[in-house]
Amino acid sequence: MTNLTSPAAHGAPSSDGADSGPPTAQIPGVASELRIPELIGGPPPGAATLEAVDACAWFGDHLVLEGVTMVMPAGKVTALIGPSGCGKSTFLRLLNRMHELIPGAAMDGEIRLDGVDIYGNNIRAQQVRTRIGMVFQKPNPFPAMSVRDNVLSGLKLASIKCSDKDALVEVSLMRAGLWREVRERLDQPGGALSGGQQQRLCIARSLAVAPNVLLMDEPCSALDPTSTRRVEETIAELREQVTVVIVTHNMQQANRVSDFCAFFLAGENAPGYVVEQGPTTKMFDSPDDPRTLDYVEGRFG
Amino acid sequence: MTPETPSTVTPEVAAPVGRRPAQPPSDTRPPPRQRTPRSPRNLQQMDVVTAVAAAISGVSLSWLIFGVLTNGVGWFGFLVVSFVLFLGIFYVATYDRLGRLAAVDRTITVAVTSGMVVVAIPLILVVSYVVIRGLPALRLGFFAHSQSGVTPTEPATSGGGAHAIVGTIEQVGLALLLSFPLGVSCAIFLNESRSRLRRTVRIFVDAMSGMPSIVSGLFIYATLIIPLAKDSDLFSFNGFMASLALSVTMMPTICRSVEVVLRLVPDGLREAGLALGSSRARVVWSVVLPTAASGLATGAILGIAREAGETAPLLYTAFGYNAMNWNPFKGPQESLPLFIYRFIREPLESSIQRGFAGALVLMLLILLLFGIARALGRDRTKARRRRRFHPIHTLSVALSPARGRA
Amino acid sequence: MADGVLSAPGLSTVPPGRPGAGRTRREVLRQPGRIDRLFDRFTLAAGVTVLVIMTLIGVFLFYQSRHALAKEGTSFFTRIAWQVSVYPPKIGVVGLLFGTVVVALIAVVIAIPLGVTVGLYIAEYAPVAAKKGLQAVIDLLAAIPSILFGLWGFYFLSAKIVPLSRWMTTHLGWIPIFHTTADASLTDSFFIAGIVVSLMVIPIVASITRAVFAQTPPGEKEAALALGSTRWGMVKTVVFPFGRGGIIGGSMLGLGRALGETIAVVFLLPQVPVVSRQILQEGGATISGFIANRAGGNPFTVSGLMAAGLVLFIITLSTNLIASTIVSRSRSGVGVDA
Repeated sequence: MTNLTSPAAHGAPSSDGADSGPPTAQIPGVASELRIPELIGGPPPGAATLEAVDACAWFGDHLVLEGVTMVMPAGKVTALIGPSGCGKSTFLRLLNRMHELIPGAAMDGEIRLDGVDIYGNNIRAQQVRTRIGMVFQKPNPFPAMSVRDNVLSGLKLASIKCSDKDALVEVSLMRAGLWREVRERLDQPGGALSGGQQQRLCIARSLAVAPNVLLMDEPCSALDPTSTRRVEETIAELREQVTVVIVTHNMQQANRVSDFCAFFLAGENAPGYVVEQGPTTKMFDSPDDPRTLDYVEGRFG
Repeated sequence: MTPETPSTVTPEVAAPVGRRPAQPPSDTRPPPRQRTPRSPRNLQQMDVVTAVAAAISGVSLSWLIFGVLTNGVGWFGFLVVSFVLFLGIFYVATYDRLGRLAAVDRTITVAVTSGMVVVAIPLILVVSYVVIRGLPALRLGFFAHSQSGVTPTEPATSGGGAHAIVGTIEQVGLALLLSFPLGVSCAIFLNESRSRLRRTVRIFVDAMSGMPSIVSGLFIYATLIIPLAKDSDLFSFNGFMASLALSVTMMPTICRSVEVVLRLVPDGLREAGLALGSSRARVVWSVVLPTAASGLATGAILGIAREAGETAPLLYTAFGYNAMNWNPFKGPQESLPLFIYRFIREPLESSIQRGFAGALVLMLLILLLFGIARALGRDRTKARRRRRFHPIHTLSVALSPARGRA
Repeated sequence: MADGVLSAPGLSTVPPGRPGAGRTRREVLRQPGRIDRLFDRFTLAAGVTVLVIMTLIGVFLFYQSRHALAKEGTSFFTRIAWQVSVYPPKIGVVGLLFGTVVVALIAVVIAIPLGVTVGLYIAEYAPVAAKKGLQAVIDLLAAIPSILFGLWGFYFLSAKIVPLSRWMTTHLGWIPIFHTTADASLTDSFFIAGIVVSLMVIPIVASITRAVFAQTPPGEKEAALALGSTRWGMVKTVVFPFGRGGIIGGSMLGLGRALGETIAVVFLLPQVPVVSRQILQEGGATISGFIANRAGGNPFTVSGLMAAGLVLFIITLSTNLIASTIVSRSRSGVGVDA
């Protein structure tokens, strides 16, 4: 029986040849002073490759996504761009098995995490979600818990043990770029922070369980420009440590933040699909498909 | 210059050099093919097998225990012990297979589902018991005759309960007449006005609806019947007094269900009315109330259903009577719950049977009213079953079930 | 609905240092027309009527009970038995009060866990297509009149529970409340009455907790699941903390119902007031059942019953007021129709 939580060797971090060595308890790429406490019962460390093979999604009888095949390389930031309603968020929810929570929803195809299909017969969704985390459009910290408990909530919920909780809270908040602002306020309720701070708290919460992949569904759309910039800085720093897949409406953001891009499109009453994918620089400067060029130049969408 | 057709425009002129491709690439998507959707299920075959195996083990083990402890407690204890053992074995088996987190989750799922089943059982038992005992004594004559002139020695099928049915209809009808306008006005006060007293009134309305109904009967008795009965027929034991007592508890029921319905009317409608220059009162009368009309009807019927079954307030007000009394304002009057109550308490077998016949009629009446209320309350603003999905909206619908009739 | 209210009194000039410093806010006057003034008065009257009726109930019950209270004095509140056939008649409310509370406690101990479980099941565990049907089952259970529960309890359930009572007193009799005197009859006990009353309380608790759980913000639930939580983990971390106020409020409303239940206990208890720890054996009375049982007595009896009714009124009113306040103040209570 396939065990999704066994420490397997991951794909090479990047095709550029930067090699961070064999996986250790320290997340590769993290500055050495940010020593992350060891987690017991959690996912294996490091970034992982996510791959979609012919993925499709239905809501009831309505096919909303068809034939999506793409690779989200380990340790890189992949952006999903395209006009609204093309199935980008639906695709994102396929990646951590949140899509199936909707009654009547169905899918086809495979989603492979380091080569293993997460929809396989013996794999439970709950295991998948500890390895593939998600940050939502609207920040949703647990309001009844303090900031500290919010960060640690992922461990409690997934039954992961940690020997040094305080260090983990500090490291996670630092990685999310929130430590300096809340270091004095760790015991205040999570709902008392501002919108941008709440979103970074949610990022810290997701990072605390050391996922291999972090999915972000338009994380900045509800935030003011200053908070947006801070979140983008966080994403940039997460490179090499975690694979990031981000859905965004904002093309400039995609250009700033991502290494790879996939452009989604859907005709009227037709399912969404990927028109083109590739390195961001190519997608924005010299894409192969004229529709991609039209979109990135702002002629529609 | 003559207009040029697009085909004469050369690509080199139209496209910036180096950016626009010479021609669109061929569509690299695979051609659409017949697809079969799959929905990953969390309930897998092994789970069902584990559950069944645990159930069998639980029952067998329980049987063994009861064989040893001969002083058993019958089927009930056997069931309880089997269930507890089943849960325990299921937990251990799942723990071994999937670990603690999943074991706790699945065991609790089984326990919660069982709770639902356990609660549904008494409903079936009560309904079937009343039917079984009431049906033999129920004849069509029940709806035509009263009990006047019927001696206790006659069989249960003689006479009837027509007077009780008439009494119930009149008393509940009068109560509705009194409490519906008051309840709706109070609901309008709670929802449409901006008074500071709203919070207090709402709390008191809730408290009032939880009041024991015997107290409302006592209240009418104390306030009206004791001081005034000697001088006036209107204020002695009669159906009207009963309806006053019923309306004390009917009014808050109506007020609360109407308030819920008023809250569901979208604010956009009120804004539209005000923007047209209407007064607030006019908006309520012409826009809000008509929109909520079916909800108002449902509230009324729920109020009726609740009060039709009330016995306690009637004991001190309508008093009970064996003959037909069409006039609720004069003289004691029978009603269905009183009919049941008075006959069941007589020790004769025929009286008890008669009481059960009345109970069956009462139950059928309540079920009928309940069914009407649900039929009226069904949301008719949505188009038929076919739903169009918007993903985010659907997810929030999935995770927080439809707000409609609560 | 704002009808021209734009000013916040007391904050007319913006202090320096904040955006818009030095500006004053215009006062926009409310000038409702004649119709609206009448409308406001009319609806206010309707709302106030509720308060008036409640007050009247208290006042008149008290007025009618002065006869008995004057005669009995404080011993009304200390005496257990109720004997009108002796001369001078001695009545007391303690036995009745004891019975009321015991039956309600037994009912609530059974009904709250079951009610919360059912509410949780319908809100979180039931398949979406079944939710409306299951809620209808609960509503139907609530709609069945208590007299029918009383009949069923007396003629059917009582006989089935007696063996259980016998087993409990035989094996668990060392626990004081389960002890019974030898050869005592086990029918017509507080225990059986409590079980039947719990059936009427369960739908109340279930409906309220279900409505409360359904209001849980979906974003928080999604967040818990996305962190890799199981369904039970999500319920524990998100649904229960959110619904705490509703659970407590719903339980107290159920308690209020149990305290006031009348007809079912008339059938199930002998209605002779007694203060006894032995809940498994025959005996006992509740205030409401006793009042119902004695309908049609002499004026002194009636006056005493009024006093007992006043006590019941005060108890249930307080319980329900506290419950409503808790529900409306809690995070989950806003917008819930109890």
